[in-house]
Amino acid sequence: MNEIAHFFEAFGSSSNLLVKAMLLTLELTVVSILIGIVIGLFFALLKLSRFRVLTLIADVYIYLIRGTPLIVQIFILYFGLSGLFLIPDFWAASLALAFHNGAYIAETFRGSIQSIDKGQMEGARSLGMKPSLAMRRIILPQALRRALPPLGNQFIIGLKDSSLAAFISMNELFNVATTLGSNNFDEMTYLLIAALYYLILVGILTLLIRMFERRMAVSER
Amino acid sequence: MMPEKEMISIEGLTKSFGELQVLKGVDLTIAESEVVCLVGASGSGKSTLLRCLNFLEKKDGGIIRFEGKEIDPKKDDLNKVREKVGMVFQHFNLFPHKTVLENIIEAPIMVKKVPKQQAIQEARELLRKVDLEDKADVYPNKLSGGQKQRVAIARALAMKPDIMLFDEATSALDPELVGEVLKTMRELAEEGMTMVVVTHEMNFAREVADTVVLLHDGNIVEKASAEQFFTAPQETRTQEFLQKTVLN
Repeated sequence: MNEIAHFFEAFGSSSNLLVKAMLLTLELTVVSILIGIVIGLFFALLKLSRFRVLTLIADVYIYLIRGTPLIVQIFILYFGLSGLFLIPDFWAASLALAFHNGAYIAETFRGSIQSIDKGQMEGARSLGMKPSLAMRRIILPQALRRALPPLGNQFIIGLKDSSLAAFISMNELFNVATTLGSNNFDEMTYLLIAALYYLILVGILTLLIRMFERRMAVSER
Repeated sequence: MMPEKEMISIEGLTKSFGELQVLKGVDLTIAESEVVCLVGASGSGKSTLLRCLNFLEKKDGGIIRFEGKEIDPKKDDLNKVREKVGMVFQHFNLFPHKTVLENIIEAPIMVKKVPKQQAIQEARELLRKVDLEDKADVYPNKLSGGQKQRVAIARALAMKPDIMLFDEATSALDPELVGEVLKTMRELAEEGMTMVVVTHEMNFAREVADTVVLLHDGNIVEKASAEQFFTAPQETRTQEFLQKTVLN
């Protein structure tokens, strides 16, 4: 009983700091996913291009990102870029996360674009539409809708991955929770509190994604 | 019977898929307002021939002239050619994320830059023509196969093409829905549309076509008026083909 009371007491007294940290976590996640979607779409189109060079560039990018740990990418971007330009920590972390998400989202988009029936492109071309117009007006709207479930998944993965920004001293959820834990000589309690925050965030996200998917599905009827 | 103005002519058209030569040097001329039915067994090359006519399939050799002018896929803007060549597919290829009306106005607005209000008005007229006025705002997945194909015909007509290509337009339909699509096609023919129709519907070919062309193994076996093709075919292969298809 005592432990549970203690947990909620710590939860209450730390909520000021942790809610602020949670908002930063959310900000990092949303910014990096949105930029990641743009990057992902760009590289998916490169990968589907009929020009070998462009396909190769996309392959190399995806290989580099998927082939190295996220924490290595974050450090390289943080120490590497901040050596060259003055880049705020938030943007170093966001960009690293965005490039990371982008590689996975690129593969998602490539798959969903390829899953659209060939007849759609032929139908559009037979009406005199250029390939770029047909892609933009006919193929992509259908492909993006089909990419929603894996995108939602990537959103949740990205949320949890943002905890690695703690290692470049972003005061996001994981960083603040562990700091509080060591300050109070009570690591376990604050780790559990952090876990609870993540679970609440993921729970809300899951609901939002489900609602969004349902709305998009209805508009296709 | 018809004004002999040439719409499309092809000479020595060849096309291979890998090792397989599907078209082995086809010559064919189609006049304005002529309705040509391409018939033959599956694999005879009739669909490939049709798809070469709007360059969805890239020819290997030969010449294609459109309204007297040779089309060079490397130099000419094929999109401009396709604006003038409507195509109807076996599997409709309607855009599922757009309503019936949006399907029809998409290309006129985006490609020909027709003002939206005008495009909508023309689309509604076309829908009236194919008997689907009440379906303007529904999505394609709420339509029967026959209705989908009539929307597809309206969508192609919205570009005001000079010629319409039909690639087995009724082959994917339930038997009871074939009639309504053929009726639409027949009306189009009666209005003087130039049409090239790949079909297995011999009754349609017999009643509507001016000219029937039998393909076999990448070559034209016989080209004749519909009347002659069905009553007095010259080639043994045509006689065999008719025996197999018309009698049962």
